[in-house]
Amino acid sequence: MARPEYTPSGPGGRLRVAGEIRPGRILTDAARVYVARVTSPRSARRAALQVIEGGQRGNPAAQRVRALDNLQFIRDTMERAGSFTAISGLGMVAAGVVAVIVSLVAAGRPTIAGWVAAWITGGLVSTVVLLGAMIQKAHGVGTQLLSGPGRKLALCFTPPMLVAVLLTAALYRAGLPSALPGVWLMLYGTAVIAGGTFSVPTVPVMGGCFVVLGAVALYAPAGWGNWLLALGFGGLHLAFGAAIAWRHGG
Amino acid sequence: MAKASGSAARADGARTAVRASSALDRVIHERLRLGIVSALAVNDVLSFNELKQLMQATDGNLSVHARRLEAAGYVSCTKRFTGRVPHTEFRLTAAGRRALESYVAHMETLIRATRDR
Repeated sequence: MARPEYTPSGPGGRLRVAGEIRPGRILTDAARVYVARVTSPRSARRAALQVIEGGQRGNPAAQRVRALDNLQFIRDTMERAGSFTAISGLGMVAAGVVAVIVSLVAAGRPTIAGWVAAWITGGLVSTVVLLGAMIQKAHGVGTQLLSGPGRKLALCFTPPMLVAVLLTAALYRAGLPSALPGVWLMLYGTAVIAGGTFSVPTVPVMGGCFVVLGAVALYAPAGWGNWLLALGFGGLHLAFGAAIAWRHGG
Repeated sequence: MAKASGSAARADGARTAVRASSALDRVIHERLRLGIVSALAVNDVLSFNELKQLMQATDGNLSVHARRLEAAGYVSCTKRFTGRVPHTEFRLTAAGRRALESYVAHMETLIRATRDR
């Protein structure tokens, strides 16, 4: 069987078949596998198609590859054009309830360390609840959590949250725990705005509200911190979660 | 006997593939038009600029293909002015959605008919 050779000339490169072309399924698979090593999957499909059609236009193998390519194109376009709708409103409502409970527990803690530990535990519980709800919603609507817009959302959401973790440690060690509510609210808001670009419009609006509340918390008296966190992680999640659940189904 | 029935099945599959191929909707078979219809299938409305960015097409090219889809009744186009700036929005019509579903069904038929050949 002829072995296809890759020539990087022009966008996506071109496939050249050395020797006699043997059209059909064997060449289709061989060409696809070979090109997949040197270029992207999409251009590999196109290149494989060129080889097959170069051998014998309109044969069943070529029709099959072209049909698969068309379906993949439709799927890719829909993913790029669609917004991530697996953000779970009900999950947000649950996270809001967790935050309200945590604020009551944290208010009763006699030490700063206990107060910080209560909120960090609450944050972890809310993350698990939200992720579980999103996985369930994505499964329900037949999409994958980390495909297309979901992956972009995760990539934009994660860096501000990692910064929040590092700043929490740094501010606590520097003896500035009163700055934590403002930092948490603003960085969470930043993450939600960035990630929400790939989701329904309600999500970045919620992020904006978190940033505003965080700015207030930075300059408000230290005693307000716990209740501003309750208002943000509790109140905003409850309000926007209910709106998302109502408008976007769950 | 088994061999004969196998080749008859293959011939039947090839005929199905040819029929499905010839019945293709040529309006949305073209790549850019297929992209426009697919993008509108997951969005209620998309502006001209959003579609242009999404499809990485030029103004002229997108305009020509959008007009072709509009003429076929697959998309509806709304033009308005925001101040002095023209704003064009596209929506997928019920006929357009049916055409896309039918096109996907054709592709699936082709794949089934040419499987394992």
